Amino acid sequence: MADADLGEGRRRALPEWVPALARILGTVAVTMLGLMLITFFIGRVVPVDPVILVIGDRAPKSVYDRTFIELGLDKPIWQQFLIYLGQVFQGDLGDSFLTKRPIISDIARVFPATLELATVGILIGTLFGVPLGVFAAVRQGKLADQVVRVVGLIGYSAPIFWLGLLGLLLFYARLHWIGGPGRVDISFEYSFTNRTGLMLLDTAMQGEWAAFRNVVGHIALPGALLGYLSMAYISRMSRSFMLNELGQEYITTARVKGVPERRIIWVHALRNAAVPLVTVIALSYAGLLEGAVLTETVFSWPGLGQYLTNSLQKADMNAVLGCTLVIGTIYIGLNLLSDLLYTLLDPRVRRRT
Amino acid sequence: MSLLSVENLRVTFPTRQGPSEVVRGVTFELGRERLGIVGESGSGKSQTGRAILGLTPPPGKATADRLEFDGIDLRNASARTWRSLRGSRMSMVMQDPKYSLNPVMTIGRQLIEALRYSGGGAAKAEAMAMLEAVQIRDPERVFRAYPHELSGGMGQRAMIAMMLVTKPDLLIADEPTSALDVTVQVEVLRILDGLVRDRGMGLIFISHDLRLVSSFCDRVLVMYAGRVVEELDARDLSKAQHPYTRGLMNCLPKIDDDQRPLPVLERDAAWLE
Repeated sequence: MADADLGEGRRRALPEWVPALARILGTVAVTMLGLMLITFFIGRVVPVDPVILVIGDRAPKSVYDRTFIELGLDKPIWQQFLIYLGQVFQGDLGDSFLTKRPIISDIARVFPATLELATVGILIGTLFGVPLGVFAAVRQGKLADQVVRVVGLIGYSAPIFWLGLLGLLLFYARLHWIGGPGRVDISFEYSFTNRTGLMLLDTAMQGEWAAFRNVVGHIALPGALLGYLSMAYISRMSRSFMLNELGQEYITTARVKGVPERRIIWVHALRNAAVPLVTVIALSYAGLLEGAVLTETVFSWPGLGQYLTNSLQKADMNAVLGCTLVIGTIYIGLNLLSDLLYTLLDPRVRRRT
Repeated sequence: MSLLSVENLRVTFPTRQGPSEVVRGVTFELGRERLGIVGESGSGKSQTGRAILGLTPPPGKATADRLEFDGIDLRNASARTWRSLRGSRMSMVMQDPKYSLNPVMTIGRQLIEALRYSGGGAAKAEAMAMLEAVQIRDPERVFRAYPHELSGGMGQRAMIAMMLVTKPDLLIADEPTSALDVTVQVEVLRILDGLVRDRGMGLIFISHDLRLVSSFCDRVLVMYAGRVVEELDARDLSKAQHPYTRGLMNCLPKIDDDQRPLPVLERDAAWLE
């Protein structure tokens, strides 16, 4: 009988989290191992000789052989992988052939720029995309729905570098409303200390409001563009999830109970639509964190995308692999986060995991 | 004075092949009594129930010459009028609690919500009393439970509690036991019947189960293809005149009479007129 069943579920409610958490961590560990295995083997398979990267292609044979052994390339491949694993766990991703610095410090330098831009982008995308999608779903087939559709389609299909250039031309060159390329004007660059690498945070925490305004001016356009891009996607998905929920029987139940339409939409339906929406937003965010190469190029934004593209062009394998690892980790992390949010949002999942 | 009067109710859905009328001129009066509506699926009985609550799913349209609830004209009722009527004065129990309860809200929150939007206070005590009234043994637990944590029978009792907690004058029960196990059906029905009887509410009981309807209702409307083909007292079901009703009656299995071949329903295009 349901009564007895329920009693058992309640009593075990808290400890149930422990095996669930253990399972999640186990999955993450296996996925991370797989990720490192793949980056390691990509590194071994590409036709770039790591020895030549270190010593150049004019070094004598004896130097080549010595470096070959120094790099551990004479060892069996599984030992090399274990060494690689050990290094990764110590935060050592090797040195960049290009900048002659540890990859990890390079990434630590460029990643905050991408993080800041992506966060602004996803915030704009979510704050506008979700309400627009809900709005379109409620007005399905009406003019408002079509307008949202067209706005979304433009965001989806217009090349972002083109929008970026036009935006710069209009708002920067003509109207002087915003800052130009880069993250901050040189005149402000040294007026605050770099603590988090996120300039919006750094300037605000140090009370450097003139610098803060300048940083805002610089991030406004690329942030808005990335926001527009993710808004287009998020609003489409919100619309379809909402349409699905609004057709469910429990919505009729709520109407029968006399619940106001506004509450039906924003509480009953959206609360259910939020479950799949969380994944969509998390993956969009991951996509932005990967570094929007085109945006970063147009706006000379010193982020991960630009760094990765540069390294690829110069065949800087360590940097490429390091970035791949970081991006993979971001995806795994955000997936994990959305899984955790799932269990918070959907009581049915709580039971299953 | 009658609680609900319906005259020439029509529900139409636009389709690619032109408008399709699923309810075609239904007329009846309802007092504080129990009225059964029977018919096969697609006969328009559910759409009749929904049209009374103003919940014809878009793009469908409901029209009527008269649609009055307690003297209030429902035909052009504003959203505000509907909100003041739904929940507090008329409500509906739906078929399957698996779909009709919001999966991410606890039963308690959904119950209290029903109370809050019907003008009453959000009193937990009232909600708990209602859960007890539908014979839930451990109301505290069910109050805190999510719908998926309840069995079908439990869920439907919670649904009934939610719809009756506001003490409405009219309850539409749209196949309230069709999704339940046969063993639970009778139990849930008895609870529903007892509550409706005690409170002297009007009940519209929609079902495809002729025998069930005749044992729980005072009067029965038999619907076929969007029309009421016969209206009779539940007691007189055996004296039904219309060939469709007689056909339905013949299809009921009898324990002491092994009919072979099994009877089939005959249909006559003339009934559609």
